[in-house]
Amino acid sequence: MHAFFDTRRRPALVWIGLALVAAALIALPWALAGIGTAWVRITNLAVLYCFLALGLNIVVGFAGLLDLGYIAFYGVGAYVYALLASPQFGIHLPFWVILPLGALLACIFGMLLGAPTLKLRGDYLAIVTLGFGEIVRIFLNNLSTPFNLTNGPQGISLIDPFRLDGLSFAGTQHVLGHALSSPIKYYYFLVAVLLVVIVVNVRLQNSRIGRAWEAIREDEVAARAMGINTRNMKLLAYAMGASFGGIAGGMFSAMQGFISPESFVLVESIMVLSMVVLGGMGNVFGVVIGALLLSYIPEVLRYTVGPAQQAVFGRTLIDPEVFRMLLFGLALVLMMLFRPAGILPSAVRKRELEQDSADGQ
Amino acid sequence: MASDAGTAGELLVARDIGKRFGGIAALSDVSFSIRRGEIYGLIGPNGAGKTSLFNVLTGIYTKDSGTFVFDGAPLDDLKPDEVAERGIARTFQNIRLFANLSALENVMVGRHVRTHATVIGAIFRGRRTRDEERAIRRRSIELLDYVGVRRRANDLAKHLAYGDQRRLEIARALATDPRLLALDEPAAGMNATETAGLRSLLESIRRDGTTILLIEHDMKLVMSVCDRVLVLDYGKKLAEGPAAEVQKDERVIAAYLGGDVSLNLKGT
Repeated sequence: MHAFFDTRRRPALVWIGLALVAAALIALPWALAGIGTAWVRITNLAVLYCFLALGLNIVVGFAGLLDLGYIAFYGVGAYVYALLASPQFGIHLPFWVILPLGALLACIFGMLLGAPTLKLRGDYLAIVTLGFGEIVRIFLNNLSTPFNLTNGPQGISLIDPFRLDGLSFAGTQHVLGHALSSPIKYYYFLVAVLLVVIVVNVRLQNSRIGRAWEAIREDEVAARAMGINTRNMKLLAYAMGASFGGIAGGMFSAMQGFISPESFVLVESIMVLSMVVLGGMGNVFGVVIGALLLSYIPEVLRYTVGPAQQAVFGRTLIDPEVFRMLLFGLALVLMMLFRPAGILPSAVRKRELEQDSADGQ
Repeated sequence: MASDAGTAGELLVARDIGKRFGGIAALSDVSFSIRRGEIYGLIGPNGAGKTSLFNVLTGIYTKDSGTFVFDGAPLDDLKPDEVAERGIARTFQNIRLFANLSALENVMVGRHVRTHATVIGAIFRGRRTRDEERAIRRRSIELLDYVGVRRRANDLAKHLAYGDQRRLEIARALATDPRLLALDEPAAGMNATETAGLRSLLESIRRDGTTILLIEHDMKLVMSVCDRVLVLDYGKKLAEGPAAEVQKDERVIAAYLGGDVSLNLKGT
């Protein structure tokens, strides 16, 4: 972990900090449940968006390949889970089998998208990836005939929740006198996976592979001249990014219990891309902050704008839905003006020379 | 050229290299050979085909005809990354650093081709990966020190002074452990002091066993540092030989000063 936490210099402080963060993460759902269970669900969705943003960050932030069809991989993961754990085909595999399968299939789709786009960049790459995202959605919409694979626009319902040795993630259980509701159980699972995903991302970035991606982002010709096989590295970026999307999709399926192609539209791709850009392309923690902000702000507005208008004018003048898109747009414009590189720009990790040479020798 | 491939003394042998862009012959039938341990100059007026020759050699362009033999084995139809792996590293005429990476990271990228960590290794960060990372970093710092930009190690490449960027590009190329270092106008835009520093850097690179192919317009530098020189003009070989001899070649003078001028000079 000391790739990003300097545990050597101030070990005590770091451990106290980590303990505080852990305590906060453990306590958070109970605090949120006090306001309303809806907020725990919103938090869970926010964490899913973190997965998506982190996955897309590998492709866009690290390797610099603009991908406007990223949500397709989310869809692939979601449908893999839905088809293998629902009455659709009467198959009910356990989640720890399906999630890796979904990741694998999304990974294959990632390479399928990557292969024909290797020589494209900029606008052209954006258009092709956008088309890819739409193709996947349209397939999901239409694969109900001649053979009913996806059940078309009706979507798939009654998807199994996670089950582990008789512990079902659906419904409420009582553990040591506390009521563990379904969203709280998912919350703990999601946060645990999120921590793993963050560590994986940080380690990838600080590795030979991550440096090769960043070199491609900065200058592809120079990267090749330095001996980087840009084809393989780009495919790898697509594959890694897509598999994170696939895992997130599987978890989405299980949490919602129902999915339809409606959930995997272009606007979702754009939303995830906005999270990456807002947070700071290429900065893992920035991207997490971006995802959390763009997930929470609309919900906070939804719950405050309506009542506020009621209180002031006695009636709702502007539909909260319209209002939040307006504020959302304003926020993005202000961001671009004042922090164009994102909330946490991809800062160069300060590498202390003295310490390095001490390490080296 | 009567040069035989595979001779112990020759690192790179080029035979009849040709490259056309549409109707224009950027290179036609260019042959030359570079000996191990020498600094080999490549000069010629603007548009003579020097950079084209670099691009053909390093696989950025595919050549239309001819062969390269590098270190006894043919170097044909390889992609740029494969050429780098075979041991030819280059710099660019218009500096192409990874602008938003630190100087140190730029050099570390150069180690890519000589290291092995995979995705799995990177994620689990086992002992082997950690050792390799440490070695990459140690070597990269050494190289920064070697070219004299260690004090800027943590600064973004784009924030370095021009001369330092040129040096950093050389360090990045050296990080790939090349046997042939191809430099495209490394002294361009440098002042006299910086050029003098560059000359001693080139000499120490040669002393440490790396052969250098040098495109350069600064004749003072070429003449003082190069063992032999190849002169290109309109994509053709005009002359090849020791720097001092080439300097006196009438055709070379004509190419540089313009035919009329040299005729006039002759007349007087």
